Amino acid sequence: MTNSTLRRFGIGLLAWAVAFVIFFPIFWMMLTGFKTEADAIADPSLIFPPTLDSYAEVQQRADYFKFALNSVIVSFGSTILALLIAIPSAYSMAFLPTKRTKGTLLWMLSTKMLPPVGVLVPIYLLFRDTGLLDTRTGLTIVYTLMNLPIVVWMLYTFFKDLPKDILEAGRMDGANTLQEVWHLLLPLTLPGIASTGLLSVILSWNEAFWSLNLTSSQAAPLTAYIASFSSPEGLFWAKLSAASTMAIAPILVFGWLTQKQMVRGLTFGAVK
Amino acid sequence: MATLQLKSIVKEFGETSVIKGVDLDVNDREFVVFVGPSGCGKSTLLRIIAGLESASSGDILIDDKRINDIGPAERGLAMVFQSYALYPHMTVEDNMGFSLRLAGISKAERRDKVLAAAQILQLEELLDRKPKALSGGQRQRVAIGRAIVRNPSIFLFDEPLSNLDAALRVQMRIELARLHDELDATMIYVTHDQIEAMTMADKIVVLQKGEVEQVGSPMELYHHPRNRFVAGFIGSPTMNFMDVSYLRHNADGVTVTLPGGDVCQVPVDGTNLDTGAALELGIRPEHLNLDENGPLNGKIQVMERLGGATSLYIDMDRCLVTVIADGDIDQKVGDTVRFGFEPSRAHLFDAQQQALPSLRRHPLTAVTRQSNHAAVDPNGK
Repeated sequence: MTNSTLRRFGIGLLAWAVAFVIFFPIFWMMLTGFKTEADAIADPSLIFPPTLDSYAEVQQRADYFKFALNSVIVSFGSTILALLIAIPSAYSMAFLPTKRTKGTLLWMLSTKMLPPVGVLVPIYLLFRDTGLLDTRTGLTIVYTLMNLPIVVWMLYTFFKDLPKDILEAGRMDGANTLQEVWHLLLPLTLPGIASTGLLSVILSWNEAFWSLNLTSSQAAPLTAYIASFSSPEGLFWAKLSAASTMAIAPILVFGWLTQKQMVRGLTFGAVK
Repeated sequence: MATLQLKSIVKEFGETSVIKGVDLDVNDREFVVFVGPSGCGKSTLLRIIAGLESASSGDILIDDKRINDIGPAERGLAMVFQSYALYPHMTVEDNMGFSLRLAGISKAERRDKVLAAAQILQLEELLDRKPKALSGGQRQRVAIGRAIVRNPSIFLFDEPLSNLDAALRVQMRIELARLHDELDATMIYVTHDQIEAMTMADKIVVLQKGEVEQVGSPMELYHHPRNRFVAGFIGSPTMNFMDVSYLRHNADGVTVTLPGGDVCQVPVDGTNLDTGAALELGIRPEHLNLDENGPLNGKIQVMERLGGATSLYIDMDRCLVTVIADGDIDQKVGDTVRFGFEPSRAHLFDAQQQALPSLRRHPLTAVTRQSNHAAVDPNGK
């Protein structure tokens, strides 16, 4: 074996090892979902009689589809809302920057450094007083605000990568700002916008802190659904795993289908 | 059909002023070239005319109408960008028709106009392609086509050829000149390449550090540069400069002592000179010739044989002088050669780097590319 093939082999092995470490917990969780409760707490084993009992029981205890619908509405709703706010913001920051643009961007990002629990009480009280507790509207608003800094940042970097000349050419051709955005900016940065949107959907889908604290039954998304299976009566590993598998399945499939788009978007600037 | 006037245009970015009061008249159908080193403000000036930047003060007039406060599209100008700035997601046809689409012109009419422009530029075959499937020269033509479609009163070009390779640049230069004749339009062209300026312009505007150094026809700038900067910037290889000492002056010119000790009378006006004034003599490499009895001498340091001509870089003690000699000379590196020049070809610059006015006007200073054209075709276009 030559040096370079040995190197390639080594790198390949490392990549597989990392992938395995990342994937293993998910794999194990999926496996546990098909076990009986007794098998689930027995010595770890790959060989066991598979059963769908846990899934059936889980579905009996709580309506999966209600939670799933909430998740879909809240994560997609908040993403659309965030994009609607972020696109104009990122446009003005990327193309009409002022002395304070960099500062504003940093400040926006710094809000993400704050532990959410720090603002739990004020937000809870606000929601209680405005009747937003346990509503999909309320959760959508929180998720929008939660993801807005990241969405603005990502769009800002994508927009900044667009040659300014193209927009100026558009202006020379008679485009007003809206036409400039609609005919030129959006189509040209679509991969970036799409991957930003996808990331926002995934972050919202997986968000647990706010959904657990601000919803109970009506607006509870899938994260709350999983949590409801770790109950005071004890941990039921098989059921918890079955519920978790069902909760992550849609977003996993979604992520897998849009993988190409994601990668293209995230490397948009680099390969142009 | 358009004239353009700039009146005391100033552009400041914060504390730094990049354009320091530019006045300029551009006549109808004129091909005007802004030329200068990078950072001289030529692109900024063009962008101010285009409306992409606003002037800090001063007026811009098109056909005697002040347009400072009118948006870029309403000024009736079209601009070709250095990067071409084609819309990557649109076909050539959509690129060229975009302005018409925004103006709400019907699809059929749009197609007619795009086709007409495509014909001028031989782009018919490429109308369905996306920009990334085009070569650099083709992209350039599409960018020009996009400008033509708008039927602008003035075309603005921002270093349009600088991304092309040398051969293509020459070809596009010719094509642009042809286009100017064909479209009969006013064009303003920005470049840092003085050859582009010399070959295409009716009028050259030499800029440095945000100020106009000289405005004139290419031949005027070549034969009568107003100062040392213009003298050095126009012409290739660049003009040679050597320190000389002032001896005397009379009605026939200024007499100076050359570095070798010889005396030479240059036909320029020295009325305002003081005795002992420090002077610099400027002489173009193509006006120096090897001559056994020449007043100057030096050692050949580098020789570049180009076939038709030979560039000699001659070390003259205090300065390095370039001489364009015949292609077939048999000198070698290290040889000491004597050379001289026709005094009427020389320029003298005073301590303020201003040229002393020539006593005789060169007969070709009024010649422009357009008048060249007229000379070939006496019946006009």
